[in-house]
Amino acid sequence: MKIGVFICHCGENISRTVDCPRVAETCEKIPGVEFSIDYKYMCSDPGQKLIKDAVEIHKLDAIVVGSCSPNMHERTFRSAAVAAGINPFLVEIANLREHCSWVHEDVESATQKAIELVRMAVEKVKRDKPLSKIKVPVTKRVLVIGGGIAGIQAALDVANAGYDVVLVEKEPSIGGHMSQLSETFPTLDCSQCILTPRMVEVNQHPRIKLLTYSEVEKIEGFIGNFKATIRKKARHINEDICSGCGQCVSKCPIKKKAFSSFEEGLAYRPAVYIPFPQAVPNIPVIDESVCTYYRNGKCGMCVKACDRQAIDFDQKDTMMVADVGAVIVATGYKLYSIGKQPLGSKYKGYGEYGYGKYKDVIDGLQFERIASASGPTSGEIKRPSDGKEPKKIVFIQCVGSRDPAKGISYCSKICCMYTAKQAMLFRHKVHDGEAYVFYMDIRAGGKMYEEFVRRAIEEDHVNYIRGRVSRIYEENGKYIVKGEDTIAGVPVNIDADMVVLASAMIPHDNAPGLAQKVGIPYDKYGFYNESHPKLKPVESTTAGVFLAGACNAPRDIPESVAMASAAASKAIILFSSDSLEREPVVARVNEDLCAGCFYCRKVCPFGAVEVRDIKDMNGVVYKEVAYINQGVCQGCGTCTATCLSKSIELAGFNNEEIFAEIAAL
Amino acid sequence: MDNKEKHIENGWEPKIVAFVCNWCTYAGADLAGTSRLKYPANMKIIRVMCSGAVDPVFILKAFERGADGVLVSGCHPNDCHYNAGNFHARRRWDLFHALLDFAGIEKERLQFSWISASEGKKFADVVTKITNDIKMIGPFKGYQEMNRQFTTEFPEQEKEKLVQQCTEAEAVNG
Repeated sequence: MKIGVFICHCGENISRTVDCPRVAETCEKIPGVEFSIDYKYMCSDPGQKLIKDAVEIHKLDAIVVGSCSPNMHERTFRSAAVAAGINPFLVEIANLREHCSWVHEDVESATQKAIELVRMAVEKVKRDKPLSKIKVPVTKRVLVIGGGIAGIQAALDVANAGYDVVLVEKEPSIGGHMSQLSETFPTLDCSQCILTPRMVEVNQHPRIKLLTYSEVEKIEGFIGNFKATIRKKARHINEDICSGCGQCVSKCPIKKKAFSSFEEGLAYRPAVYIPFPQAVPNIPVIDESVCTYYRNGKCGMCVKACDRQAIDFDQKDTMMVADVGAVIVATGYKLYSIGKQPLGSKYKGYGEYGYGKYKDVIDGLQFERIASASGPTSGEIKRPSDGKEPKKIVFIQCVGSRDPAKGISYCSKICCMYTAKQAMLFRHKVHDGEAYVFYMDIRAGGKMYEEFVRRAIEEDHVNYIRGRVSRIYEENGKYIVKGEDTIAGVPVNIDADMVVLASAMIPHDNAPGLAQKVGIPYDKYGFYNESHPKLKPVESTTAGVFLAGACNAPRDIPESVAMASAAASKAIILFSSDSLEREPVVARVNEDLCAGCFYCRKVCPFGAVEVRDIKDMNGVVYKEVAYINQGVCQGCGTCTATCLSKSIELAGFNNEEIFAEIAAL
Repeated sequence: MDNKEKHIENGWEPKIVAFVCNWCTYAGADLAGTSRLKYPANMKIIRVMCSGAVDPVFILKAFERGADGVLVSGCHPNDCHYNAGNFHARRRWDLFHALLDFAGIEKERLQFSWISASEGKKFADVVTKITNDIKMIGPFKGYQEMNRQFTTEFPEQEKEKLVQQCTEAEAVNG
């Protein structure tokens, strides 16, 4: 093998402390080095030409460049090598600038170190093998998990770009929490009015396959080639026949057995139900747990009511498999349960506020339903306990959020805004009503947000009190809210008719479970981790899996939508070519040496190690060995260090190469 | 310390090898350079993709090849580019460090640290510290001692056979 060594002066950056001509001279004597030269700027065009010419004249097989960090110009020199007809992976960089000339002062020792660094690189390049980029085919279809506003936006963006989408939603209808909201800050436009057209668009889009009342069972595979298994839960209604007329719903005799989760427990729903009138798809679901038929095999009122015979009591859960190239996770959030928490919960709850004990102490989403025109009170503000109009409402912010003592240190971000909105809505609807807000700080960062809060205070005369509430108790039909005004430094007692708690946003209970199925990391609360908090906010650390909305951290609607569009565009970028190209730095197993202990499988952070059967001539399996999926492997090399039989090699960093570097010290 | 003075008088400079991960510590070392921080020239870096890929054999090999000290450095816990490689490195290092200690090799010869891409200063400090530590305890003679024993205590014939075996093994392993 003929090696060329090229030492760069980097102007004076290297040559000031490293005697470059001497390095070049000395390195020429290293066995295998055919040609060695120093030059002022190796990365410049003449410098690169020097490399190309040298390769041609001296018939070089590999090159070593002593220059700046490989993070800086490795790519430059690799392209130069390619132009000269050398495999780009037969190029090694000795870092003479960042690791030598810039950090040492003594010319003699720096030059000596530079020589040794080049020698190490030469020994490594001698053992380097030519590698070529790996190509992985891409299935151009996206799986979107979660049909809230983030999932809807992501699905529409991908579908409108011309790719197929499978949208999976666990509830009977898409829409998520946004469909429950009354009006949205800071414009006070009706949430359903802006959301429902999007929901309908999803349902009618030819490229979107909508699977409601379905859950992701497992996801296998890797970027460009995922295989998702989806469980379609039994609706007990034949979706192909049902016209959504709602006859079964109105005829169901079970009226007061189950609370509507859409109405946040403020209303009942029948055993066969459509979660809300604008549901998409507009197809009911039979709740087995309360339906009389499933208890004693009788009733069947819905069957009689349905003139299309769409009721199917024997329907079973079905499994289906979807091949997708990318996954967008948009599973959203739930509210911190503010009552007493069950024993062993990581959260402590707020028993002192009496949520669950007093009917008129409610959380933010329940107030949204009360204020919503489509809600149980048709938009009139009424107390859940007696249906009377409350005249004095106390809103308490940061219930759960920013309270490490209760288990959550983070700010839920949206509560300041929605509390201001709710107080405003109350004042608009109950003109002689008084609204009080207990707050810790007002965090109104966002376009028109601060102005909105000021409007609540100045125009709608909402009373903002800075301080915490210690206790709420009932006295003569009133709820006594005992708090403190920390600005005035006085205790405050308010006899309220109703209390609204702005409880924290937390991930769903099964968020970690889904994360494990999809193979993405999550933080201690259960929010999914982004790959880089600044520069890769919508990528998960698993290639091909993207995040959108509140499953990543508390987010409001505009942020969720922006994130969803970003995640969609990341998926579309992925689909812009038919196959993916990636660096060939991946691990490979020598199947002859592999003993099949599968320790590599235990340490691989990406699940890239598979079991491969080795068969004899008769097709009988006589040995199981590890096989590393080239598409999944990210090239960390942890398996190579773990492998007992040393049968795994990381391309570009194999043991032989590293031993050679060590030997050249 | 008299030992130290003796070594320095002889003009002895320790040889130190660092196995660093590509994403954090290598970039941290680059940052030390761009920030023009100064540290002793005794350490040479061998880049690996992840600290999890550092095989204890690399460390032994380095000692065998005359290194007086070895540094292994990766990303901070939870910052690993590959999620968990540095945790594997930490476990492996804990055991291996104890083993070296058990074998009578000074603990300071093998050091481990977390240096992120933004910690150029820490990198310079760690290099300075390990260089000073090694200067304190002097050259590592373990392998040379073994070689001497090997050359004096073995009968001539046996020795030749073993030497041949070793060279063959070297040719294979590089």
